[in-house]
Formats: sequence, structure tokens, C-alpha cells
Amino acid sequence: MSTILIIFCVLSAVTIATAFLTIYSRNPIHSALYLVISFFSIAGHYLLLNSQFLAIMHIIVYSGAIMILFLFTIMLMNLNKENEVHKPRITRLGAIVSFCLISLVLIAIFINSKPIVGEYISTGADYQSIKVLGLVLLNEYMVPFEFASILLLVAMIGSVLLSKKEKTEK
Amino acid sequence: MDSSIIIEKSVIILVVFAITMLMAMYSTLAERKVAAWLQDRIGPNRAGKGGILQPLADGLKLFSKEEFEPDTPNRFLFFAGPALAMTTALMTSAVIPWGDKFHLFGRDIILQATDIDVALLYLIGVMSIGVYGIMIGGWASNNKFSLIGAVRAASQMISYEVAMGLSLIALLMMTGTLSLREISMQQAGMNWNVFYQPLSFFIFLICAFAETNRTPFDLAECETELVGGYHTEYSSMKMGFYLFAEYANMFISSTILAVLFFGGYNYPGMSWAVENWGVNLANVIGIIALFIKICGFIFLYMWVRWTIPRFRYDQLMHLGWRILIPLSILNIIITGIVMLRAEIAIYLGF
Repeated sequence: MSTILIIFCVLSAVTIATAFLTIYSRNPIHSALYLVISFFSIAGHYLLLNSQFLAIMHIIVYSGAIMILFLFTIMLMNLNKENEVHKPRITRLGAIVSFCLISLVLIAIFINSKPIVGEYISTGADYQSIKVLGLVLLNEYMVPFEFASILLLVAMIGSVLLSKKEKTEK
Repeated sequence: MDSSIIIEKSVIILVVFAITMLMAMYSTLAERKVAAWLQDRIGPNRAGKGGILQPLADGLKLFSKEEFEPDTPNRFLFFAGPALAMTTALMTSAVIPWGDKFHLFGRDIILQATDIDVALLYLIGVMSIGVYGIMIGGWASNNKFSLIGAVRAASQMISYEVAMGLSLIALLMMTGTLSLREISMQQAGMNWNVFYQPLSFFIFLICAFAETNRTPFDLAECETELVGGYHTEYSSMKMGFYLFAEYANMFISSTILAVLFFGGYNYPGMSWAVENWGVNLANVIGIIALFIKICGFIFLYMWVRWTIPRFRYDQLMHLGWRILIPLSILNIIITGIVMLRAEIAIYLGF
């Protein structure tokens, strides 16, 4: 076995194990911390694919910002086992059905996108370099890129508006 | 891979680790000496000549103290907290260029553990995960004061990271690269970034104070309100690790300030020294110049700590969100206009 394969196997095992523990563990803080480890091992997968930029962005956005806010909220809310809400059976059934549907869609996406990934390898461009990535993003995918930023802005303004509204009503 | 590269990089990593530890160790002594000097006292002078062995004595004391732990259901996380704080403090030094190329044994040696394409983003990434050590430790202590300290530290770090990232974007627009080595090389001569981006430098400096939890932003360990903040429950070497991580962070952020804004290893007359004294000697002077800059910033940290009182919490948030973030966005716009002034003049028909 080559070194890369061993690293891949270890990373995959860690990713799946911690993702499972995220759902399985009772304590919300432990579950958030398992999710952080899972995000780090996914960043490791990006590094194996030679995309440093994606790996670092993944760490900054998910581990550095989103998960810290999650932890922050959980710590402030002080969730315990005692005040855990008991969910009715129909909700659990709904969760299982929606999970199966999402996995179906995801598997379909991965099967269909396989040949396109193959094409990208054959072009021989250096996707590790952020210069190449930036040129592709801002030349070929300019419009979707700008739409994504507008979407984020709208989400941000919306959340600020919601929090302001609550304050005035009180 | 070439085995000599592995040996070379291992030696560099070991030396950088040793120097970071040494600097953090002697920063504790320097802090007390500077405090004494600013308050017109003598300071520690019993251990060794002029107190030179004081850090060793402190370390010995911390190691020999009783290991006390609170009654917490999260024993593992309680131990992981200080370890995480220390790890993230040391991780940043991997991408810092400590000097230019050396020419030894018929090969070029670069004084940098790794020269990655996204070094600047790596720095931001490591800083953003640096808060985990404090948060986990504070929460696992099972103590209200620790939890409030940890939550304060986290919210403060998140707030100031935004302004820090935005201030770096203006610098990035000018340099056009994320590699710290290239940023250092662009500042050769006296083309230091601080002369071109003074506003960016000041915003970054203030955010660096906040990120390292130093006064005037040390609300996380505010003694009058929170006993000791996130490390209230820690004793012996575990508390030593938290304090040590703070000093290591201070050293590393001083290094980043020196590399990004004050020319790194460049000094006036470096090209002349390379021509007349050879590459190696010129580089040794370059490393000394870098360390003089770093020590200057460390002194600034201490100077501010013993001069300016602590902020109130709402003032801290006001400064971060309402002053620094708009200022750094303004800085980005000004930088963009100056960079594109020729195109703008053509467009407006001048």
C-alpha cells in the first residue's frame, strides 16, 4: 500500500467515525467537538487532492467560524440531558425518510459527475494555485459567483432585521 | 523525496520550536522587568545575575506544584484545553520566513519550514482555531467564572478576526500574493508595507492585541470580575501552559507584524551587504534584524499592557464592530481607487 492510500484510509475512518459520534453522543458540546474533528479530516482530504486553498478555506469557514459560533451558542444555552425534548415517532420517521431521499440525490449526483471530474484531470492545469482558481472563478463563473455573494448579503441583512424586530417588540 | 531535504527541514523545525520556547520563556521575565521599570521598581533580581534564571525557577515551581483538578464530568477536555492552546500557538511558526536563502554545502537552504501558496490564509486559519483551547478549557472547568471568561474570549476573538481579515485584504490587493516569502521579498530595500498601508497596519496591530488576549483587551481574565477567567480552575503546569501559550502567541504575532508590515528580514543596505560580505553573512544580519523588530513589537505589547487600562466590554465590542470594520472596508476602497487611478482617470476622461 502506498503512503497516500494509508493516509486516505486513516482520514476516511476518522471522518466517518467522528461524523457518527456527532449524531450518537448525548452531550451537545461533545457532539459539536466531534463535528470539528470531522471537518478537520475533510480538510485533510482536500490536501490529499492537492487543493491547499480549499483545505484552508474549509478550516477557516467551518472549524474557525461556524463551529465556534455553534459551541458558543450551546455553551450559552446550557443544554443538558434533563431538558432534552422528546421527539414523537412521526418526526423520527420523517427524519429517516428525508435522510434516505438526500442520500439518493447525493449518490445520483456523484455517479453523474464522475466523467466531468475525469475531464478536469486531463486538462493539466495547476488547480493548487490560487491564481488559476481566481481566474476561473471570476472569468468563467462570474455571474454565479456574484449571485452567491448577493445571497449571503441577503441572508446577513435578513438575520440582522429579525433580531432588531424582536428587540423593539419587547 | 530527497533525504537531505527531510534532514534540513527537521533541523529548521526543531530550531524554530526551540527559539519560540526560549523567546516565550524570556518574555515572562521581560514582562516583569518592563513592568518594574515602568512602575519605578527593580523587578525580579534574585535568581541568577539580574534575575536571568527567573524563568527556569518559575518553570520548576510550576512543575512541582500540586496537580489540582475540579470535580468535572469532562476530565479529558479539561486536560485537552491547555494542550490545544499550546499547539495552536506553535503551529503558526511553520510558514514564517526567518531569513533569505543561505548558500551552504553547495546547496541553497531556505530558512522556512514550508513555503505554501496560501501562507497568509493559513495564518488566519490557525488564529481562528486558536480559540478552541480557551473555550474547551473554560467550559470543561465546570465553573461559572471560567465559562464566562471562555465565552468572552471567544466572542472577542470572533469579532476582531473580521476586522483583521479585512485589514489584510488591503495588503493582499497590493502584494498580489499570499506567500509570506514573496511578501518578504517584495519589501526589499526600504519598501516596507507599513509606509504604503499605515491604516491596515494599525488595524492589524489592534486586532493582534485582541487576538492574543492582552491588555487592554484581556476581558477574558478580568480579575476584578471573573477571579482568573478561563484558567481559574487550572493549577500547576496546566496553568503554566495557558500562560506560556499567551507568550508564544505574543512572539508569533510580533513576528507576523514584522514580516507583513516591517519588511521581515530586510534591512536598509541589504543588497550592498550581499555584494560585499557574501550571501551568508548578509543573511545572518537579516535574521538579527528580524529579531530586533520582533523584540521591538514584544516591548510594545508590554508597554501597552502597563500603560492602558482595560476596556469595558461594550466599549470593546463597539471598537471592533463599529470602528475597526468600517475603517478597514474604507481602507480597501481607498487602496482599490489608488491602484486603479490610471484606469479611473481614462474612464472619467481626464
